[in-house]
Amino acid sequence: MATTENTAENTAEVTETARGLIALPQTAARALIAVGAVATIASTFMSWTYTADFPGDLTYYGSPAGLQILDLVAGAITLLFALTLFDVRGLRWLNPAGATAPVVLAAASAFAVSWFSAIAIAVDLKGLVALDPGAYVTAIGSLIALVGTLALPSPGDTFKDWVSKPDRIPAAQKLPGWAERLVITAATAVALIVFTYGIGVDPEASETFIGYLLLVIFGTWALQAAGLFDRFATFNARHKGFATSMAFLAAAVFPFVENNEHNANLGVNILVVATVALGLNIVVGLTGLLDLGYVAFLGVGAYAAALVSGSEFSRFSGVQFPFWAAMLTGMAASLVFGVLIGAPTLRLRGDYLAIVTLGFGEIFRITVNNLDGSSGPNITNGPNGISMIPDLDIFGFNLGNSHDIGSITLGRFANYFLLMLIITGIVVIVFNRAADSRIGRSWIAIREDETAATAMGINGFRVKLIAFALGASLAGLAGTVSAHVGYSVNPAPYQFAGSVPPNSAFLLAAVVLGGMGTVNGPILGATLLYLLPEKLGFLKEYQLFAFGIALVILMRFRPEGIIANRRRQLEFHESDDSIDIPEQGLPDSTVGVTKAGA
Amino acid sequence: MTTTTATSPVLEASGVTMRFGGLTAVRSVDLTVNSGEIVGLIGPNGAGKTTFFNCLTGLYVPTEGKVSYKGTVLPPKPHLVTSAGIARTFQNIRLFANMTVLENVLVGRHTRTKEGLWSALLRGPGFRKAEAASRERAMELLEFIGLAHKADHLSRNLPYGEQRKLEIARAMASEPGLLLLDEPTAGMNPQETRATEDLVFAIRDRGIAVLVIEHDMRFIFNLSDRVACLVQGEKLVEGTSEVVQGDERVIAAYLGTPFEGAPGAEELAEVEAAEAAEATGTPETAEAPEATETPEAAETPEAAESDAAAEGTTSKEGNAQ
Ligand SMILES: Nc1ncnc2c1ncn2[C@@H]1O[C@H](COP(=O)(O)OP(=O)(O)OP(=O)(O)O)[C@@H](O)[C@H]1O
Ligand SMILES: [Mg+2]
Repeated sequence: MATTENTAENTAEVTETARGLIALPQTAARALIAVGAVATIASTFMSWTYTADFPGDLTYYGSPAGLQILDLVAGAITLLFALTLFDVRGLRWLNPAGATAPVVLAAASAFAVSWFSAIAIAVDLKGLVALDPGAYVTAIGSLIALVGTLALPSPGDTFKDWVSKPDRIPAAQKLPGWAERLVITAATAVALIVFTYGIGVDPEASETFIGYLLLVIFGTWALQAAGLFDRFATFNARHKGFATSMAFLAAAVFPFVENNEHNANLGVNILVVATVALGLNIVVGLTGLLDLGYVAFLGVGAYAAALVSGSEFSRFSGVQFPFWAAMLTGMAASLVFGVLIGAPTLRLRGDYLAIVTLGFGEIFRITVNNLDGSSGPNITNGPNGISMIPDLDIFGFNLGNSHDIGSITLGRFANYFLLMLIITGIVVIVFNRAADSRIGRSWIAIREDETAATAMGINGFRVKLIAFALGASLAGLAGTVSAHVGYSVNPAPYQFAGSVPPNSAFLLAAVVLGGMGTVNGPILGATLLYLLPEKLGFLKEYQLFAFGIALVILMRFRPEGIIANRRRQLEFHESDDSIDIPEQGLPDSTVGVTKAGA
Repeated sequence: MTTTTATSPVLEASGVTMRFGGLTAVRSVDLTVNSGEIVGLIGPNGAGKTTFFNCLTGLYVPTEGKVSYKGTVLPPKPHLVTSAGIARTFQNIRLFANMTVLENVLVGRHTRTKEGLWSALLRGPGFRKAEAASRERAMELLEFIGLAHKADHLSRNLPYGEQRKLEIARAMASEPGLLLLDEPTAGMNPQETRATEDLVFAIRDRGIAVLVIEHDMRFIFNLSDRVACLVQGEKLVEGTSEVVQGDERVIAAYLGTPFEGAPGAEELAEVEAAEAAEATGTPETAEAPEATETPEAAETPEAAESDAAAEGTTSKEGNAQ
């Protein structure tokens, strides 16, 4: 924060520690990286192992597969970043500060993927004999590149300096509007490709998915350290509407690109949990109310929709509402339930509210379990739930049937994916509009300081109840679709913590991991949390344990979540380097971006 | 020190009593603030001034007594009090730390705007107009307190003095008829204090009556048309600055009551010197300046004033939270 001091330090560093950890001439260092990167790339065209037993079949010469493709990408990124150091024309934008950290991280991504692959092959196939020359080439090539980066000018004394964004990044030259939109489009396309690749990884091939994760983590980290995300964020802020529509377009394209029912099903489920997490974000992220029983609202919506779906197991089996009425019913039921729970509990603060909502969440599940005709009136069919829910029919368009669009067949789950995407879009709009308004400001004010907020004329109870009810009805809306997608509803998933995703702990973790108070955060958080156990089969039993570890690590190193609300980021990291906060102003450059994250 | 002619009462508190278990923090206090007036509220630490404010604004429900604003009795609910027209600031600054300066003021506009969730979601022309008007009004207030250029800063990043000013702007955004300021100059340097003085006059000139708690005696006596002194929850005296300044009970309350019948300055000095000697090992406490300056203070009112001011500066350290 103290800018003058930093400048002094930096100039001192430049003169003192211009050399890297390994004493090598700069040209040699750069050449090493480039050679290593090229070797890594070349290795992916060779065979890595002799047998097709290893997932992905890495036995061919001339055609990269599985982990090799990932390694190819990692090698290419490393080479590109290495070339930025040679001042190659047209590549400067990739690393505007000419910084060391992004190169280190890119090389680390190649190193991680290569060595992970080699080790995984050796371990899976019992021995180094399983390795073909290609595996040695990739291991050595990526090692050379990584060693080369260590000889680059040192960005600082600590490990943190080696892997984080430099303090100052020269401003980019101003692009015309259309070019900025082009960048947004390209980035969205890349994101779609990355996501589709990840979701398409064979669930049996956990090795490939780990390689994918390594590449994604180090790759995005490298881009972040190069300052490209910040730059992209300013583009996004400038073309907000365009960026949002591009994101939705990309999501809508997904079922066409990934034309596979299983993966489309994954996509629907991800959208459902992401939407519910976004609703929870209104309650937790904006208003600061810790709701540990939120999943009950999803359940209420799902049950309400199931009851009016026309299923023969429903108490009202003769009743079949059209889809819009079913959705309104689900929303209304959750809304009523939300108000009923909220009205008595929202007068409590902090921990008390958390405990009471936890209790109410469980009460919902247990009640639904018991309304089976023997322990209570038969409404929900008890633990058996309501099954055989017919598919939704929207104006004659039956979502259960496949439909051909051009040469592409959209299956049942693809249909639901598109429907759910519209709902997610609605929820995003609701979130954004509500947050940026009088009512949203009063939510945030209550989160910040409830006493001061009431002294400013905010009726705390009323405003909190609105947040609670809105969050509940959004969850209910998602619930109606999820009931139809899954053919049936039963009480089991609507619990506080469990191994099957839609549970309160999962949703909370998605919000906290992704970033509280943001739109993208909970969506990303829910995607990651849903996809990881799905693709990493061996994690299944340890899922909750892995959750815990991930949360602890994240809270230690990035308490604001993966996607930081600009505000939150300031809140959590300010004290890292400056203790005396109120005395120091914020540098103007950061202030300009404040709005972007909001 | 100007007194305006208008005398319609804005605030009438009668018999306000606040008990916390066995402790009576405020005991049967009556206070009236008329329109166009600046009224000061002084008293030693723990006298119950902030508690009295909390009773006025509904943060505490007074054990006894009633508070009325422009003739109507106020219900003890903070948001209703604010919408009735009483706004306040806090002794320990309570801004919305992670909101921008502008957003803080916009929150203050809450009671004067109506847009609910539906209009926020539908974004009709009415919503936009109201939002734009709010922003304009908020910017105008920021201009007024001189923080317009920092509208986009996070309020937590403002210097202390500016945070206090922002609290005032936020309170003014609710378009109050009465503004309650709880130690508005605590933590400020002399220049900032003087600027705040001008600010309070400017607020009064906008037709807002002001009730202000302050330990800085020079500030309070310059500013106020009337001053009330609270001691141990009871209102000791009330009157013009001159009256209160000269009142022996006030001086005694601030400086401690001398022994029964024998106010000898030398004796007092002796006792306190002994106390000071006892306390040499410990870091400087609130009593220290008092001990050294008491003898002179007893002689002239001006000295009493500066002495009390000194006490004020020490006290605010104790109060900052
Ligand atoms: N919520 C509470 N519960 C119990 N006692 C309280 C409470 N609030 C205040 N008090 C007590 O009431 C008395 C008056 O406190 P108050 O804060 O009103 O004093 P003050 O005049 O504002 O002092 P200062 O000048 O230090 O701000 C103190 O003894 C305090 O401890
Ligand atoms: Mg006080």
